[in-house]
Amino acid sequence: MAEKSLMKGNEALAEAALRAGCKCFFGYPITPQTEIAAYLSKRMPKVGGVFLQAESEVAAINMVYGCAGSGIRCMTSSSSPGISLKSEGISYIAGADLPCVIIDVMRGGPGLGGIQPSQADYYQITKGVGHGDYNIIVLAPSTVQEMADCVTRAFDLADKYRMPAVVLADGLLGQMMEPVAFDDAEIVMSDASKKPWAANGHGNKRQHNIINSLYLQAPELERTIRERYERYAEIEKNETKAVADYCDDADIVVVAYGSTARLAKSAVDEARKQGIKAGAFRPVTLYPFPKNELNDAVKNAKKVLVVEMSMGQMVDDVKLAINCSKPVEFYGRTGGVIPAPAEILAKIKEMGGND
Amino acid sequence: MNYSRLTVVTGHYGSGKTNFSVNIALDIAAKGHKCTVIDLDIVNPYFRTADFGKLFEEHGIAVHAPVYANTNLDIPSLNIPLESILADGGYVVIDVGGDDEGAKALGRFAPLINGFADKEMLYVINKYRYLTKEPAEAVQVMREIEFSGGIACTGIVNNSNLGAETTPLTIRESLPFAEEVSKLTGLPIRATCAAEGAEADNAPELYTVKRYVHNVWEDECQ
Repeated sequence: MAEKSLMKGNEALAEAALRAGCKCFFGYPITPQTEIAAYLSKRMPKVGGVFLQAESEVAAINMVYGCAGSGIRCMTSSSSPGISLKSEGISYIAGADLPCVIIDVMRGGPGLGGIQPSQADYYQITKGVGHGDYNIIVLAPSTVQEMADCVTRAFDLADKYRMPAVVLADGLLGQMMEPVAFDDAEIVMSDASKKPWAANGHGNKRQHNIINSLYLQAPELERTIRERYERYAEIEKNETKAVADYCDDADIVVVAYGSTARLAKSAVDEARKQGIKAGAFRPVTLYPFPKNELNDAVKNAKKVLVVEMSMGQMVDDVKLAINCSKPVEFYGRTGGVIPAPAEILAKIKEMGGND
Repeated sequence: MNYSRLTVVTGHYGSGKTNFSVNIALDIAAKGHKCTVIDLDIVNPYFRTADFGKLFEEHGIAVHAPVYANTNLDIPSLNIPLESILADGGYVVIDVGGDDEGAKALGRFAPLINGFADKEMLYVINKYRYLTKEPAEAVQVMREIEFSGGIACTGIVNNSNLGAETTPLTIRESLPFAEEVSKLTGLPIRATCAAEGAEADNAPELYTVKRYVHNVWEDECQ
């Protein structure tokens, strides 16, 4: 590994994109993720890439749609209200089977909401964002290093399955600073050489490729959707990822993702110090949701506690994943308020963690 | 460290200006001086000096901040009575926002600050920050800040660190970098910051700091 640098989460996301060969970035500023655009506006011209500040979020996602169609790795980033604006474009990109990466650094909603961290867009992101029968890959980092690693993985998965992949962070992860290491490999911008489907000019040497999401014949549309769901089944089988700590003998397993998982982990560490058998489970992939890993982690538990910076969204997926085999309780703060480790510890105790 | 009546703290985003400002303000107050902290950051709404209001209050330090972050105002306003604060006696620490964008807010006060004799403008550097790892890059950012703020820097603060992972070696390996920045700019190294336990023995102007700016999950479970 190369020398470590101190980076903001947003900067790490941006640098990792460059290093994954993301040649084009289309964005529009919004707190708390504007550093991604600011950083790439300085770095992109130096490595032969394109930085473009679009006139709106809607324009930016449609630029991604066009660029992805040409087979070049590309990315856009935004925060909650901006992602809502991009939702139509994301649906089109999914419907046209195109790979791209979208960053969502969540802030408090609904509406303009606030600028402090939030996880209240879990439903929105993990259920596809826009209209229609489709999924997108969702990765949830919880450290600045993982912000970088998730971007690399998102580009690889997007290309592998020809679909959009989202890195879902929050304002806290975007703004905080931690040491990060990148490998020393030279930055190589992507091209369409391994993408026979790309609409990048046939040069009179092959049939032209068509990028499209419009199928007016119902059976044909159903066929494309079913084909897509076969790919989703592969993804659900092969691409889940989660981290479990002290779950084997835990009476209470605390499930949380992103920055909240670090708060939960602090509470669990303290609980263990006080002799309470608590465990921590952190989904890294939110779609596909790590169902098998979760079932494994809670198999000896008496209760499950889900902690989120929302009024409770992932808690539904947890209940579904374990088929309500254990009692599931919820603790959350919302609107940009961050749950303190002490609050989570108090909830663990309230649930009988002292018994 | 000896302090001027007015200390302006500038630097690259994330170089550790805020943590340094909090430390020197507490230091000045501990010496029995009256101290006022001015949070001039109109760029970043997270991890700000003004977040330490309670700590400052406990030490009798006054805080002024632009009406901006975490208020219901989207556009910052610089309603800071710097003239009367300076005329009032006591010491003043100004924590400026990152880079040249952040230093723009300084321009508003440049005529006043430039006319105030007992002052210094410190440039905080961190060798481990991604885009200012080379001395020349750090100097370029300093020049941009000076141009944007209309005030020349007078000293360098080597605040090189890797957050919670900082060791004495981290600091030691940053010394040649700081020396080079000092040589290129002709400015003295006013402090080499090190968190308690990470002090390097041969650091010029060693200044032990506490890590006040940290993440919520590092809080004690009280």
